[in-house]
Amino acid sequence: MEPMISVRHLHKSFGAHKVLADINVDIHTREVVVVIGPSGSGKSTFLRCLNFLEQPQEGDILIEGTSLMAKSTRINDIRTELGMVFQQFNLFPHKKVIENIMLAPVQVRKWPAEQARRKALELLDKVGLSEKAEAYPASLSGGQAQRVAIARALAMEPKIMLFDEPTSALDPEMVGEVLAVMKDLAREGMTMVVVTHEMGFAREVGDRVLFMEQGAVVEEGHPEQLFSHPSHERTRAFLSKVL
Amino acid sequence: MDFRFDIIAHYLPVLLKGTAFTIGVSIVSIIFGSILGLGIGFGKMAPKAYFRWPFHCYINFFRGTPLYVQILIVHFGVIPAFYGSTNVLMTSFVALSLNSAAYSAEIFRAGIQSIDPGQREAAVSLGMTGFQAMRFIILPQAVKRMVPAFGNEFIVLVKDSSLLALIAAPEIMYWSNTMKGQYLRIWEPYLTAALIYFILTYSLSKLLNYIERKV
Repeated sequence: MEPMISVRHLHKSFGAHKVLADINVDIHTREVVVVIGPSGSGKSTFLRCLNFLEQPQEGDILIEGTSLMAKSTRINDIRTELGMVFQQFNLFPHKKVIENIMLAPVQVRKWPAEQARRKALELLDKVGLSEKAEAYPASLSGGQAQRVAIARALAMEPKIMLFDEPTSALDPEMVGEVLAVMKDLAREGMTMVVVTHEMGFAREVGDRVLFMEQGAVVEEGHPEQLFSHPSHERTRAFLSKVL
Repeated sequence: MDFRFDIIAHYLPVLLKGTAFTIGVSIVSIIFGSILGLGIGFGKMAPKAYFRWPFHCYINFFRGTPLYVQILIVHFGVIPAFYGSTNVLMTSFVALSLNSAAYSAEIFRAGIQSIDPGQREAAVSLGMTGFQAMRFIILPQAVKRMVPAFGNEFIVLVKDSSLLALIAAPEIMYWSNTMKGQYLRIWEPYLTAALIYFILTYSLSKLLNYIERKV
């Protein structure tokens, strides 16, 4: 079966600084891939390349067989299939929660407002925030804001969800509520790529874990195997610090 | 010292006409200056350096030279070149709009660049085009931050329109000068002019405060 995402010989530099060096990864439908690694290992850059927020210099990324690097590809169309959740939530502060969620379906998918509103309310219910529909983002806690951000991404009915350290900016007591929403999504069969420091989540929900260091995938495997029996010295060293 | 209210009364009708001229020129220049400024502001944010360069030059020229000089160049150089002869009304609109555009461009640029890049990223990651991200996400937030700076710019523009007296544009200062010439008196014409400008700018600042609270 054709992979949902296929990353081939991906290279990315910021100036002279090489951030990603020859990344090759296939991600399949319904798979939850968790990317772990020390700060500066390139894992966020890797994730941001997947929806072209960062442009790689070499290599290619195929989303359902469509090359992101091809001139003929309309990147905006591809992005509608990839939901993205950011560390800092990036909610639109001038719009109410419900408007945050409805905006892209109405403007990009051209849904009628009524349909978008129904979808938004349904998603708010799913993330447990129905009562916040008319609130502004500034009045939300971090955990609530991130759940709204997840709902906003889901409103586009994406095939893939990308999470860029979704719990790193949260107070510890709010991490659980966000991870719970992500676990639900994984259970429903969403294809997910998650950059995180939550090793418990990686172990419990991940189908596969990638360990990145210095811009390369050092090791990948099933979470049980990678956490319990890492085959590389660098993986062992990293895990001994975080577990 | 006697203060002759009678000569102010005598000149009041033309001073009011002059005030209308000043208000008219200011409003038109604010509108055209802002529209032009938005374009120039975007030009200056272009990714390619060679594309930014003309906008950069524009802003530096109009901010770096006196409005006094610009009015003379527009009046005796630019307008005759396009129109065939000098035209006070055209010079008034063109000179003030071009000048205001340079300042507006910088206000737009600073306002837009003050918005967290994460806002744009969130918008485009939802499939929005760059234009949609600008229109629905970035500009509405940036405009809020621009209001105080624009207020300042508009007040300066109203006051700077007094330099149009230089080319005999029939605005407040022109009539005050005429009044001074006719009666050979200083306090009456200039204090009256000062008072009118103050009323205009003070009302404008009140209006802008109101808008600032609203947005």
